[in-house]
Amino acid sequence: MLLSSVVPRPLALLPWKVILLVLAIGGMGIATLYSTAGGSVEPWALRQGLIFITVLLAAIGMSYMPERWIKTLTPLAYAGVFLLLILVEAMGHIGKGAQRWIDLGFMKLQPSEFMKPVIVLVLARFYELLPLGDLRKLRALWPAALLVGAPVGLILLQPDLGTALAVLFAAVVVMFMAGLPLWYFVGGGLAVLAALPLAYAFMHDYQRRRVLIFLDPEADPLGAGYHVSQSKIAIGSGGTWGKGYLNGSQSHLQYLPEGHTDFIFSAMVEEWGLVGGTVLILAFAGLIAWGLNVARKAHSRFGKLAAVGLTSNIFFYVGVNLMMVMGMAPVVGIPLPLVSFGGSAVMTVMLSIGVLMSFDRQIRLAPRRPAQTD
Amino acid sequence: MKRRPLRITKTMQRQTFSRRMMLVGGIQATFGGLLVARLGYLSVSQNQYYRTLAEDNRVQMIIVPPRRGWIVDRHGKPIAINRSDFRVDFIPDQAPEDQIDTILDKVGALLELDPDTMERIRAEVASKTGYQPVQLAENVPFDRYAAVTVRLPELPGVQPMRGFSRYYPAGPAVGHLVGYVGAASREEYVAEEKNPLLVTPGFKIGKEGLEEVLEQDLRGQPGGQRVEVTARGKLVRELEPKPDRSGETVQLALDAGLHEYAARRMGLESGACVVLDCLTGEILCIASMPAYDPNSFSDGIGRTEWRLLTENERRPLVNKTLNALYPPGSTVKPMVALALQKHGVDPTERVNCPGGYQLGNRFFRCLGRHGPVDMNRAIAKSCNTYFYSMGHRVGYENIAPMAHYLGLGETFDLPVVSQSYGTVPDPDWKLRKFDQKWTSADTLNASIGQGYMILNPIQLAVMAGRIASGRLIQPKLIGVHPKPAPLLDIPKEHLDVVRGGMWQVVNGDGTAGASRLPFPDIQMGGKTGTAQVRRISGGQRGQGGEWKYRDHGLFVGFAPVSSPRFSVSVVIEHGMGGSRAAAPVARDVLTYLFDRELAMRNLEAMEANWGGSLAERTEQFQRQVLAVSEANA
Repeated sequence: MLLSSVVPRPLALLPWKVILLVLAIGGMGIATLYSTAGGSVEPWALRQGLIFITVLLAAIGMSYMPERWIKTLTPLAYAGVFLLLILVEAMGHIGKGAQRWIDLGFMKLQPSEFMKPVIVLVLARFYELLPLGDLRKLRALWPAALLVGAPVGLILLQPDLGTALAVLFAAVVVMFMAGLPLWYFVGGGLAVLAALPLAYAFMHDYQRRRVLIFLDPEADPLGAGYHVSQSKIAIGSGGTWGKGYLNGSQSHLQYLPEGHTDFIFSAMVEEWGLVGGTVLILAFAGLIAWGLNVARKAHSRFGKLAAVGLTSNIFFYVGVNLMMVMGMAPVVGIPLPLVSFGGSAVMTVMLSIGVLMSFDRQIRLAPRRPAQTD
Repeated sequence: MKRRPLRITKTMQRQTFSRRMMLVGGIQATFGGLLVARLGYLSVSQNQYYRTLAEDNRVQMIIVPPRRGWIVDRHGKPIAINRSDFRVDFIPDQAPEDQIDTILDKVGALLELDPDTMERIRAEVASKTGYQPVQLAENVPFDRYAAVTVRLPELPGVQPMRGFSRYYPAGPAVGHLVGYVGAASREEYVAEEKNPLLVTPGFKIGKEGLEEVLEQDLRGQPGGQRVEVTARGKLVRELEPKPDRSGETVQLALDAGLHEYAARRMGLESGACVVLDCLTGEILCIASMPAYDPNSFSDGIGRTEWRLLTENERRPLVNKTLNALYPPGSTVKPMVALALQKHGVDPTERVNCPGGYQLGNRFFRCLGRHGPVDMNRAIAKSCNTYFYSMGHRVGYENIAPMAHYLGLGETFDLPVVSQSYGTVPDPDWKLRKFDQKWTSADTLNASIGQGYMILNPIQLAVMAGRIASGRLIQPKLIGVHPKPAPLLDIPKEHLDVVRGGMWQVVNGDGTAGASRLPFPDIQMGGKTGTAQVRRISGGQRGQGGEWKYRDHGLFVGFAPVSSPRFSVSVVIEHGMGGSRAAAPVARDVLTYLFDRELAMRNLEAMEANWGGSLAERTEQFQRQVLAVSEANA
C-alpha cells in the first residue's frame, strides 16, 4: 500500500475501503437530513452526525475483537435482547400505536432492532457447533426454529411486521448457507405463498390497508396512499440530475411525509436525481459486495455464516426500503440503514459492520491460514 | 466408517456453500439492478408526469377572475360593460389562527356587515383551505373601503381589492335581451366539474339571456397570484403572477339606440317590439316591456324586489318577444292573401261584404259593412268577410304552409335561452291535439288570425320582413351581416298586391291612417290587428273594462314602402286595438330610424305624461322596493 510508508501501521491496517463507503453513505444521509430540516442542523442532522460518528468509532473498536470473543458474547447477547423483547412487551412504551421502545431518556431503544444481527450470530454459532453429518437430520432444524421463532413471535406481537420479516429473512439466509437441504426452502417458499391469504386475514386493519394500497396506490392518493404517491412524486420529479441541493419542494414543503426517516431516499433523489440515487445504491452495493467477500474468505464456519447473514440483513433493509419508497412494496416501516434518522437502526447496522470488520481483520492478519477451528 | 461421511460432507458442504453463495450474491445483484432500473423509470421516463404533480403540489393559485367581455351593438355602442368597484376579501391562512375571530369582528364592524353575512363568512372561513380567499363584501362604498384600508396593519389576512361589477347602461330596456350575471350556484359549479373559478369570490356567471348563452365567449381566462405553499397551506413565497385574459367582446346586430327607444316608447304599456333589417334579417331591436333591471340582479336581487316583480300582472320577468304568444288577429291577412293568390284567387275578384259571412246556420261578423271589396281593399279595410269567404274556398290546409313559409309557428336559430313555437293550426294538428276533425268554422277563424292561432312577436316581424323584401330572411342577433338573404319563391306580382294593400292601410283610407310617418318622402306600409283575449258577448268586444280582459293591439309593418329596408312588429298587451295602441309605437320607432331628434322630442313629450323617463321610473321603482322592504323589516 502506497500510504503504508507515511501513515502508522495500525492506521493503515484499518479497512479503509469499507470505512469510506460507510462514511459516504452516512454523509449523504446527514446532508439530506440537513436539507429536509429546511437547511438546518437541527433537529436531525447534528444528532444523527454525533450518533453516526460514535457508532462508527465503536464499530472500528469492535473490529479489534477476536472472533472467539464474539462467539462467547453471542449467547449472552441473544439472551439479553430476548429478555428486552419480553420487557418491551410487558411494559412497552406506547408510540405510533405499537409497543416497540424502551425509553432510556437520551434515546429510545428498540430491542427488536438488535435482534436482527443477534439472530444471525446465534444461528451461525449453532450451525458451527452442529456436526456436519447432522445437517440433514431434524436436530439441525428444530433448535434453530426455536431460536428464530420465539423472538419473531414476540416481535409480531408488538406488532412490527417489518422487523419480524427482517429477522426471519436473515435467519433463513443463514440456515440456507449452513447447508440445510434445498427442499426445505423450496417447500417453505411454496407454503408461504399458499398461506398468504391466511396471513392477510390475520393482519391488523392498518397493515391490510397498506397491502391494498400497495396494490393500487392511486386509489386513495390523499388518504392512506398518500405516502407512496408523494414519495413517487418526489423521486420522479427529480429527473436525471435532481432539483439541486436544498431545492426539493416535496420535502421542504412537507408534502413528502417522513422525509427524514423511512422516505429519506425520496427526499435525497428529489434533490440529487437519478445520479445521486444511483450513487447511493452503488455505495450500498459496494458495502454488500465487501460483506459477501468477507464471508467467502472467512476462516471459520461461524465467520462465513455470520458474514453472509449480517450482509443479507443490510441488503434486506436497503432492498425493502427502496422498493417501498419507489412503490414496489407495501409501506412496512423499514428505514434506510445509515441514512434514515434514528439511533437504533444506525446502531444495529454499524454493529453488523463492526463484526464484519472484525472478520475482515482476521482474514488480513492471516490471509493464508486455513480454517482450523472446526 | 464414522469419519468417511464426515469428510465427504465437509467437502460437499464447502461446494454447497460456494454454490449457494453465488446464488445469494446473484439474487442481491439482480435486485440492485432492478432498483436502479425502477429509479431510472421513475425519474427519467416518468419525469414529466411527476414534475407536473410536484408543481401542482407546490404552487397554489389565488384566482383573479377575468374581466367579462363587453356586449356592444352594431355601431360599437356598449350594452353590457364592467364598472370597477371596491371589494374586500379575507384569506384565512394569512391570519394567525387565534386572531381570526377578532379580525372578523373588527372588519365586520368597519364594513357594517349584517349578522347573516357574518355567519356565512364564519362558515366559509372554517371550511376554506389552501390559501383560498373568502369574500367579505363587494360593491363597498368608498368611505368604508377607505376605513378598512387605513386599519390594514391590524387586520392580517384582509384584502381590500379593486373588483369589477357588470353594468348595463340601458337598464331594464335590455333586461330580457342580455339577462344578468350572478354568483354560480352549486349545480352550475358541479356541472363544470368543480371549476375553482366558479367559487372564486367576485366571479359572476351569466344567468339568463345573452349573458348565459354567450358565457364561454364572455368569460375569458382567469389569471392569478401564484404562491408557493406548504402541505399545511402556509405561504412560503409569492411567485410570478399569471395574467388573466379578458373575455371577448361580442358584437350584436342590434341597434342599441333603437332598442332603447322602443323600450322607452312602450311607456307604461306591456308589450313587445321587434325591428328587423328586412334585407338581411339582422335584429335591430327586440324590446320587451316592462322588464326587470339587470343591474339589480348583478348586485344580487333583494327578496322584496323579486316579489314585486313576480306579482306584477304585466309579467316583467317574461321576454314577450320570444316567450309570449298572442293571437295575431288581422296581422296575418297579408300572409293569407299570398296563400290565396298562390291557389288561384284573382286579386281583382270582389267579394260583397254585408257585415259578415253566413256559414251554415252561423253568421261570422265583420267589423263593418264594406260592400264589394277586392283583395287590396280587403287588406286596407281589414275586411273579415273577404277572408272568410276566400279562406273557405281555398281551405286552410292550403294556407297553413304559407304561414310556415313566412316564419309563423317556427323557431329560429338564435342565441337565446328559449323561444316559443306558437301554433299555426291545420287539420292534422287539430286531430293530433284534440282528436277532432277540422271544420269550416276553424278555417274561417284561422283566416283572420283568431281561433287556435297563437304566435310570438318575432315571428310576426319575420313575416312582415319576408313580405316586404321578398327575401327569405332569418333573424340574426350576433354580429353584423351585410349580405342580403335569398329571394322568396313567391311571384313579385303576388307580393305587390299585398304590399299595395298594406300601403293603403297606413297611407290610404285604411285602419292605421293616423300612424303615417311624419316625412313627405318616406312611407310605411303595415297591417293592424286586434286580438280577442276571450269571447265577450255583445258588441263590447273587449274595448274596455278590466285591463286583463281587453283586446291585444298588434301591428306589423315595413318602411320605406318604395324600397323596403326595415320590418317591424308591435304587440301591446290589452291595448284594445292595433290602430290605437300598436301602430303609433311602430310609427315612432321607425321615425327614430330616419330622424332621431324628431323621434326623441315626441318621446320626451309623452314621457312627461307617464311620470318620467324609463330611467327615472326605474329609480322610482327602486325607492318603492326600499320603502316596502323597510316597512316589512
